[in-house]
This record gives sequence, structure tokens and C-alpha cells, in this order.
Amino acid sequence: MHECTCHQNYTADTLIPKVGIITDIRQETPDVKTFRVNAPEGGKLFEHMPGQCAMLCAPGISEGMFSITSSPTNKEYQEFSIKKCGSLTSYLHDLSVGDAITVRGPYGNHFPVDSALLGKDLLFIAGGIGLAPLRSVINYVLDNREQYGKIDILYGSRSADDLVQLKEIREKWMQAEGVQVHLTIDRPQEGWDGHVGFVPAYLKELGFSNDKTALVCGPPIMIKFVLAALEEMGFSKNQVYTTLELRMKCGVGKCGRCNIGTKYVCKDGPVFRCDEIDALPDEY
Amino acid sequence: MQELVARLKELLSAGTVDRVLGWKRGDSDWNPEPAFFTSVESLADFVYDGFCGANLSKYMIEATAQEGRTAVLLKPCDTYSFNRLLAEHRVVREKAYVIGVGCRGKLDMGKLRKLGMKGIQHIEGADAFAGDTLTVDTAYGKKTCAYQDALLDRCHVCKGKTHVVYDEVIGASADTTDMDRFAEVERLAAMSPEERFAFFQGELSRCIRCNACRNVCPACSCRKCVFDGDSFDSAQKANVDSFEEKMFHIIRAFHVAGRCTDCGECSRVCPQGIPLHLFNRKLIGDINAFYGEYTAGETAENKNPLVSFTTEDREPGEGRNA
Amino acid sequence: MFKIAREALPALFAKMAEIADLFLPVKNNINTEYARFTPESAVDLETLKTAKSPKDLFFPQSETLYTCHRDGKKLSVVPEKLAEAPFIVFGMRACDIQGVAVLDRVFLSEPQDSFYAARRQNGLLIGMACTEPEESCFCGTFGIDHTAPGGDVDTMLTKTHLYWMPCTEKGQVLTEKLADLLQEAKEDELDKEKEKAKALMEAMPYKDVSVEGWGAAAADKNFDSPLWESLAKPCLACGTCTFVCPTCQCYDIKDYETGHGVKRYRCWDSCMYSDFTMMAHGNNRTTQMQRFRQRFMHKLAYFPANNDGMFSCVGCGRCVEKCPSALNIVKVIKAFGGEQHA
Repeated sequence: MHECTCHQNYTADTLIPKVGIITDIRQETPDVKTFRVNAPEGGKLFEHMPGQCAMLCAPGISEGMFSITSSPTNKEYQEFSIKKCGSLTSYLHDLSVGDAITVRGPYGNHFPVDSALLGKDLLFIAGGIGLAPLRSVINYVLDNREQYGKIDILYGSRSADDLVQLKEIREKWMQAEGVQVHLTIDRPQEGWDGHVGFVPAYLKELGFSNDKTALVCGPPIMIKFVLAALEEMGFSKNQVYTTLELRMKCGVGKCGRCNIGTKYVCKDGPVFRCDEIDALPDEY
Repeated sequence: MQELVARLKELLSAGTVDRVLGWKRGDSDWNPEPAFFTSVESLADFVYDGFCGANLSKYMIEATAQEGRTAVLLKPCDTYSFNRLLAEHRVVREKAYVIGVGCRGKLDMGKLRKLGMKGIQHIEGADAFAGDTLTVDTAYGKKTCAYQDALLDRCHVCKGKTHVVYDEVIGASADTTDMDRFAEVERLAAMSPEERFAFFQGELSRCIRCNACRNVCPACSCRKCVFDGDSFDSAQKANVDSFEEKMFHIIRAFHVAGRCTDCGECSRVCPQGIPLHLFNRKLIGDINAFYGEYTAGETAENKNPLVSFTTEDREPGEGRNA
Repeated sequence: MFKIAREALPALFAKMAEIADLFLPVKNNINTEYARFTPESAVDLETLKTAKSPKDLFFPQSETLYTCHRDGKKLSVVPEKLAEAPFIVFGMRACDIQGVAVLDRVFLSEPQDSFYAARRQNGLLIGMACTEPEESCFCGTFGIDHTAPGGDVDTMLTKTHLYWMPCTEKGQVLTEKLADLLQEAKEDELDKEKEKAKALMEAMPYKDVSVEGWGAAAADKNFDSPLWESLAKPCLACGTCTFVCPTCQCYDIKDYETGHGVKRYRCWDSCMYSDFTMMAHGNNRTTQMQRFRQRFMHKLAYFPANNDGMFSCVGCGRCVEKCPSALNIVKVIKAFGGEQHA
């Protein structure tokens, strides 16, 4: 079990990055790749907690905040699953193993794996690339299995080809004890014999008991409908966690752009309990 | 001003217009702000006096994109900007009701401060149409100065008392010109290139990249400015070399060349007091010399010589005095 | 308390400039701005407010953070050196000194910003009391005493003398180095001057502006007010108010390709700009009203909620003088009822 390390290992100044070497690249879907990053001398760049983010920078291109998708229990490297959608992510997608980028972090808070989630039955709900932050928690929980109750994972995507980490889902998560995985895709597809339909609808169909703690990540529209469905199912807001994503630059609550109400998403988030989100001004 | 307010009330209550774009009384005698009025009652806060210097024409881009018709108060010089916006199809003429409002020059608080007035409590004599003297109550005693001595710089090279576009005119205007418009440009042109560079470096180095000049400029009406956004090299919010400010201002001056009416808003709003209009005026002088006298915004036709080819046009390389 | 005759000020400045880099208000062809002292400097202690606040001495408009060099596949990061040279800022008004206290809350809170911290460590602040306040001043609204600016040394300029009161150990050390130039003064010599300066502030138009009702409590209360729409209407979305402000500290981080590597620098940014919160897939503040509201809610509600009630406005009045559309924080405060009528 890790102690919370979220604010302990900033580099000399938090704005100065470290050099990271890409040591593995997996094509997850047509537009998502998972990058493994190591320190140049080998080993991890820093310790982190599940849900935390790091700023990846391609010098001369841009930098962006990405959630760390690998679990802290992985002692060898950090991983980032990145969807190609802008100049920085396109640049990253063109990199090959051995290329260097700069990394600073970790930033933000984390899912309360060391407090509120202990001993609870957990319901993970993810859509598309939204699995990235939850994957860190799921693997952390599986590696500390005895500390948590039953686990349900509901994961959906546009198509079967857009489901990320499918190999790990099938080979590790589906095989784990006390873990139920429910996959769904938006539209029927040849060769897919699993569930078809949107995540919120499938969620209601599955009808989980509302004493679980839910962790939700995905596109804003999915989150919106999932939260409504959970409420309908009798989940109270303090049983549901999700992440917010706003424009970030510094990562430490100083540059101002991710400020919303009295919170800075980069520092006080990205993980929020839903009752905390309700207390924020409607600007996210 | 009563005549003006009475007429605005009439226009609103008759339904001729849905809103009025004018000025709202500030919290002090000298800081009215641009405002929309949608009801007769709201006009209680309306003001038009010597401190209503802002050129309202650019707000009409947004106003005429709305439902209904907007009455706008434009001073003679503002109407040139409005014509340019018409020429560029940025405002919709039918949705605008232009009230050419009289102007005898507008006031500059900076001038009062330069005259040594501070701790100002009240200012009298800033009426839009009458009075030669400003009486200023300050915490340090009562002071006076001539209205003329507190005019904005641009009013010393007034565009004249004619509104070039209007639906009706209310109030008399005066031509307040008492300086040669191109004198400063010629002084700079007479300098050696090194001296001139040093002059502009000195002035532009004060720039803090606040974009006030660009955002107030009626000719700068691009929906997305090349200097905004992340993707382009020019999108620098700061100076990465010792004199990068020049790029922003020179590019902007060239972009508005032939379209700039010399309304002077850029220099009025610059928090650092940079005489930005000199760039534009230099280009206006050159356009006049190369292609014949041309005043941007005199009509709503787009006859900007820089975009209208004629066989008599000067060839590249032919200098100003060719 | 000490004093030095006005005629001897050039000697005082020259001596201070020997001890450390000295920055003080200097008149250029248009404005008075903080600038490095040289014997030729047109030092201007009469102008009350410099056009920009002195915040850029601690938080420059643009500063390099590090340079990246690429050598084949190899990448290296060379952090910019932190400020090491001691410097003195002379003539800071009470509002601007409080402005630094606000910046401290941001940059010195964990994790500290080492670039800012280095400058704060090396900088010595010399305050100067305001004897002739102006119409845009409202520092009193935030409980700031314009006659006692504080800093490491507190000074006040009278018709004949500059009075000099060290307030911190740093200030004491400097005072000892300047002992030859300073003479002893009695504690009550300034009482009359201060009284006069306070009476003058009472004659200023913004003396009754009050932030009662703002602070943490306003974070929820004022957000949905219909007032914002009309207040923000004339806003041109420029960054003037944020850039002349002593407490606005939002920044951007950008790259610059030098030809010998990529310099990564940070520069002032403004929440008034439409691209401030723009992301690849959307923007959480799409209207100027939202951006305008954010600026004032941050200064008057969110910041105090996070900082023991400290407001992120010091009443310097620069935005009041400089807004192209005559908007400002005072009009916002008043619109929400913040004026006490006698």
C-alpha cells in the first residue's frame, strides 16, 4: 500500500521538466496509442498516485496535461494513453521508441484509494479514452486486492476497435477474482457478440446495487448521462467520483486558467466527488 | 443633451429602434461608459458630454447581428469608421439607425492630470455643446482650464464637422483642427533611419501586449486574430527578443492600411501612452502620395486604393517622389 | 526614525545603487515607470502612480524558465539560473507593497515558485507614504494605510526631507550602511504630515467604497447575478486592467525556437482573453461576460476564500484610469451595493 506521494516529488522548480524516454508504444485503437516513459537512466521519472496527471511536452510544439494510466504499483515505468486530436498529440503519435520528450509532474490529487475507497465495492464506469485515468486505479486495486470489495467495470466505446487496453482487460481484469467486466459498443458491428448500446443505458440495464462507490470517466456527454442514471439508481452524490478537465498550464494552481470558483482543477482536482462538483459554479 | 434624450425616447417608444447604443453616466463626472439602452426608463442614466470619446461604431458589429434595429450615436469622425464597416459588410445598414451627434472635440483626463490636476472630485463645463472653461473641483482646491486645452490629441487634427453617414443629425459640430496632421510623420521621415528606429524602439518598448489598441480598432474586426491562439508563431503574448513589439504593431499597421480612418482610438486607449496612430498616419500619407488623396470611410464604397487596381497605379520600386 | 534632506537624495540613491541594483520611479518621455537607477535617471518621486505596477520586478512580463537542446535523439533541459543579485526597489506605494503580499500568497505557497522566490529573497522593498492621493485611489477599502506603506524600510517625503524608518532586519542592515547620510529624527515629526495625508484621502471620491458582502461569502451569492451581463457589456476583452494590475498574476507558458534550442518562457496572460481557457475540444468560458465575471469574482470572492480573507485588489486605481471603456472594479463593487452612504 502506497502512502500518498502526490505533492512530495516535484522537480527543483515544478515548472522545470525532466527528460523522459519513450520505451514502448502500443497502438490501442486507430487513434489512441499508449506510450511507456522511463527516465534516461532507466526506472520511473517519479512516484505518483492513481488519478494524477503529468505534463508532457514536445519542445517547440506544445505541452499538455495527460493522466497517468499506469498504476503506482508498477515499479518500472509510467504509461500514458493518448488520443490523437491536436498538434501536440499528432506529434507524439509520430514518435518512435527511443525518442525523448520532457515530462513534469505528477500534478493534482488522486482517487482516494488510501481512504474513502478502502473496503468498498467499486463500480468503474468509463467511456472511450476515459479509461486512461481509471486504468491506473483498477490496476492499483487489483494489486492490493484484499483492501477492496467487489469490483465491477463497465466500459464502452464507439466501436470494438475503439476499446483501449483490450488485451489487458481480457487477460488480466476478466481473469481476476471478484471482478466483473461489462463491455459495450455504441453500434452493432460484425464480429462483436458483446453488448451494444450507450454506457448510461447499459448501466441502468445492469442495475447495480447502490451501496457501491462509483468512479466515472469519459466524454462530458457520457458523464452527464451516467451521473443522472446513478442518481436515478439511488446513488448519493458523495458515492460518486469523476474527473474534470480544463485548460491547464502550470499544474500547481498558479497560472490561473483552470480556476473555477475557489478550486484549481490542476491542484485541487482533477478528481472530484460529485457533491464537490455541485458546489462549483457552473463553468466546467 | 435634452433634445437628444427626448429624441431617443421618441425613437424607442415609437418602436423605430429596439435599443440605443450610447453612453451611460459613470460613477464620476469623467467616466461615462458605452452602454445599450432598451427602454425609455433606462435612458435616465444616459449621458452625452465631453467625456464620451469612445468610438461606438465597432460595437455595431455585434449590435446589428442581433434581432431588431439599433440606434447608435456617432460623432463625425466615428461615421468614417462606420462607413468602413459597411464597406466590409461587418455591420448591417438596415439594422442601424445612425444618429450623427454633434461634437466639439472630446476630453482627455490625461490632459487634466498633465495640467497638474489631481484628487478630482467634480468637473463642470464638460457639456457636449457649450462652454469654454472646465471648472475642476479637486481635493487640492478649485482649478480651471480651457476646454480646448484638455482635448484628446486626435481632436487637434479633427476630421471636420461633417457626418459622412447618418439617418439624422442632432447637435452642432465644430472643426477643432489646430495642428498639421502630418507634421509629426514628416518630422520622423526626416530622421536618419537609425534615429527613426531608435524613436520607435523607445516608444514601442513600452508596449505591454494588452491588445487594447487592436480590440478597440474598428478596422481590426477579424473574428480570429492571427496573434491569438496557440498554433502560430506570431501568437506570442510577450517579447522573446528585445524588440519584438515592433512585429505586432507593424503587422497590424499594414493590415489596416487603406482601411484605417485615423480615428485615433488606438492612441487614446494605449495604457502606456504609445503614439500608435503615427504608423497608420505614415501609411495614409504614403497612400495619398502614391495613389492620390484618399480618405478611408468617406463613403461606404470599398475604393481602398490598396485593393483597387488601376492601370495608372505606380509600379513597385517607384518611390514616393517618383 | 531617520531623515535626509531632499537635496541629499541623489547622494542617497547613488549610495544605494552601490550596495545593490536600485529600481525607482523614473520619468521617460511619456510615463513614470520603475527603472534601474543611473546618475542620469530623471527620478520622479512626485508622480503618485507609475503607469504599470512594480510587479514586473518580481514577476516579469516575460521570463525564460529553461532551454531545451536536442542533439540527435538526445534531449537536455537547462534550467534558467535564478536571480542572484540583490536589488532595492525604492518608492513603492502602500498599495503596491500590499500587491506584493498578494503575489506572495500565490507564488510562495507550496509548491513555491523558485523564480519568484529568488527575486523576493534578493529584493528589498522601500515603501513611500502617499501625501497627495488621487481620485482613483481606494486602498482604504482594503484596510491599507497610505501613510504607512511598510516594506523593509518605510519612508515619507515632505517638502524638506525624506523620513526613513527601517521595519525589518533587512531594512535595518541597509540603514546601517547608509548611516553616514542619515540623521536622527524624532518619532512625532511626521504626525502632522500624516494627519494631513489622511484628511486628503477622506476628500477622495472613492473613500466610501466598501467590499462588505464580498469575500468567501460572495463566491456563491454573486455568481448568478444578472448584473454581470450589463457590467461586462462595454468590455473590449483587452488585457489592460490585468496587465497594469499589481496583483493579477495569471501566466502562460510558451516556446520560442531560438535556432540553438527551444526556450520555454512564461509571460503574463489575461483571463480577459478568449483563448485563456481554450482547449482542443472546447472552452469553458465562451462569453466575455463569463471572463469578466471570473476576473472580479476571483479578486473579490475566490481569492479571499482561499487566503484568509485577503482580497486580490489593493485599490491602486490603475485599472480605473486605464480601461478603454471606463469599466473598473469600483463600478463592479458599487453595482453590488458596495458603497456606504453617510
